[in-house]
Amino acid sequence: MVGVMEDKTVGYINGINGSVITINGSPDFKMREMVIVGNSKLIGEVIAIRGEDVIAQVYEITTGLKLNEPVIGTKKPLSVTLGPGIIGNIFDGIQRPLEKIRDLSGAYINRGLTVDRLDTDKKWDIEIKVKKGDYLTGGSVIGEIQESEAVIHKVMVPPFVEGEVIKLKESGSYTINEVLAVLKDKRHENEIRMLQEWPVREARPYKDRQTPKQPLITGQRVFDTMFPIAKGGTGAIPGGFGTGKTMTQHQFAKWSDADIIVYIGCGERGNEITEVLEDFPELIDPKTKRPLMERTILIANTSNMPVAAREASIYTGTTLAEYYRDMGYHVAIMADSTSRWAEALREISGRLEEMPAEEGFPAYLSSRLSEFYERAGFVTNLNESEGSLTVIGAVSPQGSDFSEPVTMNTKRFVRCFWALDKQLAYERHYPAVNWSNSYSEYIDELALYYKNNVAPDFMEKRTMVSALLQEESKLMEIVKLIGSDILPDEQKLVLESCKVLRQGFLQQNAFHEDDTYVPIKKQYLMMDLILKMHEKAKTLVAKGIPVSVIRKTEVFNDLIKMKYSIDNTHLEKFKELETSIFNKLNELSMKYER
Amino acid sequence: MKLEYMGLNEINGPLVVLDGIKGAANEEIVEITSNGKKRLGKIVQIKEDAVIIQVFEGTSDLSLTNTTTKFTGYPMMMPLSEEILGRILNGTGKPIDGLGEVYAEDKRDINGMPLNPASRKYPRNYIQTGISSIDGLTTLIRGQKLPIFSGNGLPHNKLAAQIVRQAKISGENFAVVFIAMGVQYDVAEYFKQSFQESGVLEKVVMFLNLANDPVVERIITPRCGLTVAEYLAFEMNMHVLVIMTDMTSYSEALREISSSKNEIPSRKGFPGYLYSDLASLYERAGMLKDREGSITQIPILTMPNDDITHPVPDLTAYITEGQIVLGRELHQRGVYPPVTILPSLSRLMKDGIGEGFTRNDHPDLANQLFASYAKVQEIRALASVIGEDELSEIDKNYMRFGKHFEDYFIAQDHDEERDIEQTLDLGWTLLGLLPKGELDRLNAGLIEEHYKEVDERSIQVKGF
Repeated sequence: MVGVMEDKTVGYINGINGSVITINGSPDFKMREMVIVGNSKLIGEVIAIRGEDVIAQVYEITTGLKLNEPVIGTKKPLSVTLGPGIIGNIFDGIQRPLEKIRDLSGAYINRGLTVDRLDTDKKWDIEIKVKKGDYLTGGSVIGEIQESEAVIHKVMVPPFVEGEVIKLKESGSYTINEVLAVLKDKRHENEIRMLQEWPVREARPYKDRQTPKQPLITGQRVFDTMFPIAKGGTGAIPGGFGTGKTMTQHQFAKWSDADIIVYIGCGERGNEITEVLEDFPELIDPKTKRPLMERTILIANTSNMPVAAREASIYTGTTLAEYYRDMGYHVAIMADSTSRWAEALREISGRLEEMPAEEGFPAYLSSRLSEFYERAGFVTNLNESEGSLTVIGAVSPQGSDFSEPVTMNTKRFVRCFWALDKQLAYERHYPAVNWSNSYSEYIDELALYYKNNVAPDFMEKRTMVSALLQEESKLMEIVKLIGSDILPDEQKLVLESCKVLRQGFLQQNAFHEDDTYVPIKKQYLMMDLILKMHEKAKTLVAKGIPVSVIRKTEVFNDLIKMKYSIDNTHLEKFKELETSIFNKLNELSMKYER
Repeated sequence: MKLEYMGLNEINGPLVVLDGIKGAANEEIVEITSNGKKRLGKIVQIKEDAVIIQVFEGTSDLSLTNTTTKFTGYPMMMPLSEEILGRILNGTGKPIDGLGEVYAEDKRDINGMPLNPASRKYPRNYIQTGISSIDGLTTLIRGQKLPIFSGNGLPHNKLAAQIVRQAKISGENFAVVFIAMGVQYDVAEYFKQSFQESGVLEKVVMFLNLANDPVVERIITPRCGLTVAEYLAFEMNMHVLVIMTDMTSYSEALREISSSKNEIPSRKGFPGYLYSDLASLYERAGMLKDREGSITQIPILTMPNDDITHPVPDLTAYITEGQIVLGRELHQRGVYPPVTILPSLSRLMKDGIGEGFTRNDHPDLANQLFASYAKVQEIRALASVIGEDELSEIDKNYMRFGKHFEDYFIAQDHDEERDIEQTLDLGWTLLGLLPKGELDRLNAGLIEEHYKEVDERSIQVKGF
């Protein structure tokens, strides 16, 4: 039954177990080869070869597949199609455009649909940037396309291809399949199109990796000021249900200062993807003043879509992101949630009857996680441009237990850890980032940036805030036992100032027009003013003025409300507020001296 | 041509194995006949020429020789038409009300197909249930999946029945699909009566898999029900409310089958795909861009040992758009409905309340009530250590607020219907027990407009 037909490997289904099938009949299947399964032409991928048996995972629902239906090998690994038309689009886990699928099969996703991943009819206006006779290498930009108002798409020579330009089209309108240029090297001639393909499981190459030095500004105070992430960095947001993981990811996708956002909805709710689809075209990016959708790519494998495609969705998204990084963009990936991806690994591993490690997860869970997070980085591209890929993964620990395998293993490979806290969420304190369990390892690398671009003493102030909050949590232990009335006034002041920090600074209202995104300069001014007030109030307390009296001046409340009372464009009002607060405190102080 | 096979090769719990089968399709439905009794089963795995079949009605009385098996060539289909309204069916979708077969205008695979997120419409319209704790703090949105997390002995059924009775789902064009999985006869009967009393029985489709019905059947009961719901919502343009009870029994059935298949378990013996499996049910709620209808789901689950970190509630809450948590402490204090506010949440409420939906002060007011009530819990913990007398004056205010909030806002009669205005006004009145300075989630404008200081007595006298 060995068959090589028209240069294709053909085998037959010999077993079906959920999304995993066994194929028999050909020794020519390769590991990680993409296969077309059965009469309904489902897409699958070879994941193991055991003697005669070739095992493949199928990216679609396997209901109705029959024994002995043919399986055709494509001789190619599972790849994505790269070219203009990706931005603003929504794809499933194996890069099939969901809007095209809707036109073909209505509200539900049918099986075995063949759709072009990118529009092959659309003509794009390209401006050619090279001339005949130029010698080009992998990554060289041969032309530019205005893909969306916010993004210029650079058509690049694929990695590992080089040669002298012997044929070249002029600037003009072409489809993605038309040959734009022909490069001749020593051995062959290579045709260059707008479109190129790349295997999803392989990281796209770059020239050099750099230490990340710039922060990814998200406009969220607890992140930018307290636990910043660098462009090209890695971060994880673990949190039980209802703690606001998705909310936080959405805020990042909306407001972070990356050029391009790849949002991977991996095994999460369908309505959340729909929300992004409905909201993002209407929200305006503060940087480019264009709708956010013009810089966003969505990958959606919702929880009811086939589980094998969930496993692939993370890689699909990462590869698309790397492609834009290669053009010299700062790209950020939001993966919500990596736990669902890990569960997909577990499910497939279970069906392969592999020996499980912790809680049924496969032993290679940690290596897969590290592979994924290591695709992040701030790099010099093959074409000498600088680009970065920031990876932010949500983690959904079972039973809110941070010691479960996915959280534990993720913690080993990320450098920012933003632990979301159930108690804070109950108090509706959002973002519910717990300031004692969270950390960022980028503080040192980013210190210089903050010093030069925001304020010279930014990091000192940040440390003071952190120390104050630390002191509060110690005091709270006592308060829980004996109440706050017994504390001496200096300590009561710490509690009051920390209340201001918590409610006025750390807490941020995503639904408020100004507070949803706060420029870093304003973040600094807010932090600075709270600390100044605290120092001043300390001198009052030292004079014997009780905290309860200071509270009556309303200075604490003024500070809590400053996030609303001072809008993002009128930062000079901080001076006024400072004067008013100091006047109130000085007045009080004078009254007591008399 | 339909082939029949004699005998079986292996029987193991709910699973049977048949060798020498050609051309069997994955998830195809088979009919197994023994001693004149017909049972349905589904192919769950194919291994070379052996197929593993999960028998819905259980395998007792089957032997290796006394059966014949027929392959139907199709996955499980559910007959559909508008006439299904008012009918009572068993766990596999067969009528048990003695009114004959359901006339089928259409037949659909009960497994459904995943909804394309690009076809969905984001739900934004709220449903008024007349229950303050839900309308005010965990607002139910049309097209949402909002489960009730309960425990044995708590009044979740009463609450669900009250929601069905009072929910203004929108005039005539609504239907209720009631799906019972492993519940007692009395519970099913209670719902039936309550539907009857509120005069909606002819708008209800009931699927009953009772506690003494075959366990494996439970796996298909919700799928039959949701297929009907999808038909009514997206073909007949109705607003469908689906009640599914009890999801814990469903998950246990899944565990039972998984362990007979020798699968590697994850937590507490549940299979690793419990999340995906539950999602394939819950994600069938929602709305579509080009259709009028909607599916709103209220799954009910009893948390074993009241443990919210148990895999079933835990995974459910990761899929559903929030949860309404019932608590034993409130119940024992005689508060009905005993909704434990703090862990309860409605994820979709942020886009379905406020100006143009309920009232402009709703979002901030809800936020303030949550925050203040969270503070009450802290102070109660403190009071239990140092005694109530030692509390500061402000803390004593919180204690009073907490008590009255539970007694007047959360608690209401099981036939009491409060409209949204009443609920919100009640919230403001209760906040009057706290000094103005404590209201840090509300802006000055709202406080100016709505806040009025009250003393304890006036609330008690008013009596609501």
